[in-house]
Amino acid sequence: MSNEIEAIKDPGLPAHVHRKADTDPVAAKRAERQVAILFAISALGTILLIVSYLFIPDDVFIFIPVMGDQNAHQLGLGLGMAISLFFIGMGAIHWAKTLMPDTEVVAQRHEFRSPDKDRKEFVEAVKSGVDASGLGRRSLIKRSLGAALGLSALSPLLLLRDLGPLPGNELEKTTWKSGTYLVTDPGNRRIKSSDLEVGSVAQVLPEIADPEHRKLSDIAKDAVLLIRLRPQEFNLEPDRLAMTHEGIIAFSKICSHMGCAVALYEQQTKHLLCPCHQSTFDVTRAAKVIFGPSARPLPQLDITVDSEGYLFARKPFSEPVGPSFWERDSQ
Amino acid sequence: MTVEHRLGSVANYVDERTGAAAWMKKNLQKVFPDHWSFLLGEVALYSFIILLLSGTFLTFWFDPSQREVIYEGSYEPLEGLKMSAAYASTLNISFEVRGGLLMRQIHHWAALIFMSAIVAHLLRVFFTGAFRKPREGNWIIGIGLLTLGIVEGFLGYSLPDDLLSGTGIRIAEAIIQAIPVVGSYLAYFAFGGAFPGEAFIPRIYTVHVLLLPGAFLALITAHLMMVWYQKHTQFPGPGRTEKNVVGYPLMPTYMAKAGGFFFIVFGVTAFLAAVASINPIWLYGPYTPGQISAGSQPDWYMGWLDGLVRMAPPLETHAFGHTISWNILIPGLIVPGILFTGMALYPFIESWITGDKREHHLLDRPRNAPNRTALGAMSLTFILVTLINGGNDIIATHFDLSINQIMWGTRFGVFILPPIAFVVTKRLCLSLQRADRELVLHGRETGTLLRLPHGEFVEVHEPISPEKAYLLTSHEQAPPLELPAVDGHGVKRAGALRNKLRSRMSIANAEQVTKVSADDLKEIEHH
Amino acid sequence: MKRISRYRRHKAAGPFLLVFALLAIGTTFNVASAVTETEATVADRSVLIEEGRQIFLKGCSSCHGLNAEGAQIAPSLVGVGAASVDFQVGTGRMPMADMSTQAMRKEPIYNAEETAALAAYVASLAPGPEIPAESSLNYERDGNTAEGGELFRNNCAMCHNFAGQGGALTQGKYAPTLMGVEPKHIYEAMVTGPQSMPVFSDKTLTPAEKLSIIKWIKSAEQEPNLGGASLGRIGPVTEGLLGWVLGLGMLIGVAVWLAMKAK
Repeated sequence: MSNEIEAIKDPGLPAHVHRKADTDPVAAKRAERQVAILFAISALGTILLIVSYLFIPDDVFIFIPVMGDQNAHQLGLGLGMAISLFFIGMGAIHWAKTLMPDTEVVAQRHEFRSPDKDRKEFVEAVKSGVDASGLGRRSLIKRSLGAALGLSALSPLLLLRDLGPLPGNELEKTTWKSGTYLVTDPGNRRIKSSDLEVGSVAQVLPEIADPEHRKLSDIAKDAVLLIRLRPQEFNLEPDRLAMTHEGIIAFSKICSHMGCAVALYEQQTKHLLCPCHQSTFDVTRAAKVIFGPSARPLPQLDITVDSEGYLFARKPFSEPVGPSFWERDSQ
Repeated sequence: MTVEHRLGSVANYVDERTGAAAWMKKNLQKVFPDHWSFLLGEVALYSFIILLLSGTFLTFWFDPSQREVIYEGSYEPLEGLKMSAAYASTLNISFEVRGGLLMRQIHHWAALIFMSAIVAHLLRVFFTGAFRKPREGNWIIGIGLLTLGIVEGFLGYSLPDDLLSGTGIRIAEAIIQAIPVVGSYLAYFAFGGAFPGEAFIPRIYTVHVLLLPGAFLALITAHLMMVWYQKHTQFPGPGRTEKNVVGYPLMPTYMAKAGGFFFIVFGVTAFLAAVASINPIWLYGPYTPGQISAGSQPDWYMGWLDGLVRMAPPLETHAFGHTISWNILIPGLIVPGILFTGMALYPFIESWITGDKREHHLLDRPRNAPNRTALGAMSLTFILVTLINGGNDIIATHFDLSINQIMWGTRFGVFILPPIAFVVTKRLCLSLQRADRELVLHGRETGTLLRLPHGEFVEVHEPISPEKAYLLTSHEQAPPLELPAVDGHGVKRAGALRNKLRSRMSIANAEQVTKVSADDLKEIEHH
Repeated sequence: MKRISRYRRHKAAGPFLLVFALLAIGTTFNVASAVTETEATVADRSVLIEEGRQIFLKGCSSCHGLNAEGAQIAPSLVGVGAASVDFQVGTGRMPMADMSTQAMRKEPIYNAEETAALAAYVASLAPGPEIPAESSLNYERDGNTAEGGELFRNNCAMCHNFAGQGGALTQGKYAPTLMGVEPKHIYEAMVTGPQSMPVFSDKTLTPAEKLSIIKWIKSAEQEPNLGGASLGRIGPVTEGLLGWVLGLGMLIGVAVWLAMKAK
């Protein structure tokens, strides 16, 4: 359509407009001075950097409006470096803009497509090369080469085998066993049921022989949250109610969504909130998910007290804690 | 010896060994077009160099080990606490090494600017159509750089093993673990066992300082070589055609401007590092899986992923003793996969719709490609909505809202707002085209009123310059593809459904306000 | 006497007498009430409780009931203890102004004596947590900053953020910032568990551990930002925002200048 209609003609490059510094030597000298000043400011910045590094102690603070008390050493280092770099750039650009040639130059583009002759010769070269190699005719070579290369690719894969152990059933097990006592985290003190008031929470870990050297990989599955409510506030099936003790209920602290620590307990609503993706769990209903992306409630730990009133786990968790995985087989 | 003489002897020395004079002479005169938006890619490039320099500095003190140490440095609130050597060495860099904190901050700010510049550069390239033939390959390299940048940044801020970044690693592990069939194996191989283990930080250190920078160097070199060889695109205008490049020669003008700009980028990054605290890991504390902070987010370039995960519906399939976590796979792998694949393939999608197989070296003004611009606006809206949800708790506390409201709002918004953005943007583009047309036909409104002899008031219009008229009308307006369902003999064509889809999209894509032609102008003159 | 009477009709006599009388009354009142505060006899205590009851009836009973037994809109105060009252009233949360989401910290309506009176009254209703004594709040001496930090990150950071800047809860509720809060109030909050906050009983978080937490909070509050302006100490959100706005913004600014033709 636009072929028939005549388009507006290209008037060509606009006429070059000279800058002041192109025609007026005074302006040129002024531009030169400006560039020099910019470079000089950069030098001052470097001096500030050196002075701050060598002479300003790192415990001196100065007040800067809006920013508050700032560490003079850090500020001097940073601003010195910033000024020293920035003004080199400003000087170079100002120099280019005012004094270097700014007449627009036109260069021609060339078609990328190679001439037909070259393309034909290329195809010929490749074909004759392949023919000479015999790859086309000698299928035995081709097949055995393929097999050899393919097999050799297996070795790097095999060499990576020891990157890690096989998971086995580790994802399904925690340190919690029948009879494991609950201890505070940190502190490793056993907890009596009377230690908890209604509305209180406690961060809890299983009691182990060497509490000073807990492995983070164990904490990543063992962390438990202990919450105390009034028993009548529970809305639980009998089997779940039996896992509580006088209003005290224990859940895995590891979020069933993606494994963050779910420890944010809202005392009035009895909700647990995971800060990562806002999964919300209702404690009165065995940590049922009421909002957010988690698809499963938090696993509940079966707890009771011994003769002195100390809390311990009656059984290990009845399901794997933490995020889901392919082999997970519950609910 | 004069400068020329000395230069001559150096040149002679090198040329006798490499034959460099021939190609250097050509390349020193290479012409580069000048537009501020062409510097966005340079910001990314220079940020990369700054990352290499500051990163190397950090490696001289950083200990990428998760073995447990007791802190014995000068920061009192962490005295005597157990932490990993990685965390302790980062504290050491921050408090004991002079200039260490500055370099850490330069490194992290440079990473943020690197990613922002890549995104801004991507938007410029997209909205101006610079990805069209012959630059499709370079576009794909760019998408690759974007993807690798996101991973590199995530690994980088995870190295100090603090509470915030450790939480991020937990999320990453959960995503790996959620992969069907092989998830738990991949997770155990990546972490050398159960999470967090002691192998992950040393391994990602290798990836972060060796493998990915190597990949970046290779890809960036290829990216720049393509730009060099194919020559940079240029905006349309008087004197500019598909067959030329109008601009300034490399030496001295472009060298000075581009070289100077490197110092500008470095200076601005250092300025940010001087006045704004970033990643104060000593406040976060060392990572332990039993702790978490309210308001935990990844860095902004992953914020949209976090937002997607937060808004995902709680879907899991439990069948035959196995679990598939759709609530993790969809936002964590499937949606991003579709997004990035779509982005990478876009040049080919667009050329399929338009049927345009020619080279393009003149850029499009975004308004002249309304469909593409609207599509870009739609994608941006999607990212912004998910990004907002990624920060929903921070937004809630600062603007007196509830995270539940924001979550539901963005759950719906992510479906409703992008199409609205598409329609609005497309209409805006067409309006701008109409405005251009008015400008060419009737000139610029001067705001001066003139009373004609017979009493009518008219506004005086000043005709625009021929250069401006050319700029506003030099774009192409290709008609939609002709893909008849039946051929000349009435036989139904193969691929009819695909062609129908292509035809429809082609028609939608070709919606334009007809530009002014020379004939139109002549008509006006007779007014 | 005769000398003074000479100045009885001096024109400055009136103003002088006025100022003198004001000073006299003021001083007398201060001295007298100071004496009343330090001498806490049983009789004084019951006066305080009665005073508290009066204030309660005027300012609190409309929501909390005439006998603090609670109502639809406000919980019972029987058994919450003096510590709860000292916290809620002392931080200005009570009386509650905006009944929507949660009580927010604001300028206290009641002064120290009125607060003490209210606390005494509520404490008299039933046993509950007491206001911690000055001597038991010496966190500088009895607390350990590093241990406090660990305890804070374990028990508090998930709601209040790693630096005590506050965080979001569900449905528009929030855990407030801990900056600028009196140590006494921090202690009382831990003990009484106000609104959404859980209770941290003394057996699970010992008094010494509570003091360590307070010491850490105060240390974080006073800690200057080493790397520059703090950006709120809320993490990557504000950092990313600044990177785009100031970082890329400044660079685009220079780029525009760079590509402009010089005059």
